[in-house]
Amino acid sequence: MTAVQTVLDVVAIAFLLVGSLMALAAGMGLVRFPDVISRLHAGTKPQVAGVLLITVGGAIRLVGTPVVWMLLLGGLLQLLTVPVSAHMISRIAYRRRHVRRDLLVVHEAGFLGLVGPDADDPPGDQPADAPRDQRDRG
Amino acid sequence: MTLVWVAAYSMLSAGAALAMVRVWLGPSLLDRVVATETLLAIIAAGVAVYAALARDSAVVPVLLVVALLGFVGAVSVVRYVGGMLLMSGDDDGQGAGLPPAAEQSTEGR
Repeated sequence: MTAVQTVLDVVAIAFLLVGSLMALAAGMGLVRFPDVISRLHAGTKPQVAGVLLITVGGAIRLVGTPVVWMLLLGGLLQLLTVPVSAHMISRIAYRRRHVRRDLLVVHEAGFLGLVGPDADDPPGDQPADAPRDQRDRG
Repeated sequence: MTLVWVAAYSMLSAGAALAMVRVWLGPSLLDRVVATETLLAIIAAGVAVYAALARDSAVVPVLLVVALLGFVGAVSVVRYVGGMLLMSGDDDGQGAGLPPAAEQSTEGR
């Protein structure tokens, strides 16, 4: 085994271990965090960074075989699809009131210029609050 | 090398077990969607770790399938919940049979 091969193996194994650590951190965050959006924050870390690190590490280990690009394609597809699904989950979670709004520091989506008793809990973000012809079908 | 196998798979399986705890506890459908998607990502990561450590290229297509399955599953369940929200007359979907939202436990604060 040449010295270059050894260095590449060490780099690949470091990537694999850091990616696995992401999975562990995501599990702990999923159990400990209080609502859907903060759990989503924890859960999407290994979905993007963890899988990407592990696929890059695997590509380094498997370099020279025909599946390297398929492995990297798996990481790239995660990078493209996870933000889409996370955005959809968080949007529905907000509308279904699965967000603990008392724990929010910044509530940009709720700011509609309201004052008075509706300011903390604006009515306009629920699908049923919209006029029937303007409802978001997504 | 055995140490790397044990370290990587112990971290991955601990993360998967904790994600399963969240699937078990819920409390809402969306929590379970988030946890299931994370679990599928961890499974894909485990497949990739096996491919890397054993230098076995036969399992790589499984990784692609698992990655895309997680995306399609999450999007379809979320669109289902959103459709129930539109069908129900009230603002949080209980009219269409969805359980009470997480916020309601804090409403009397």
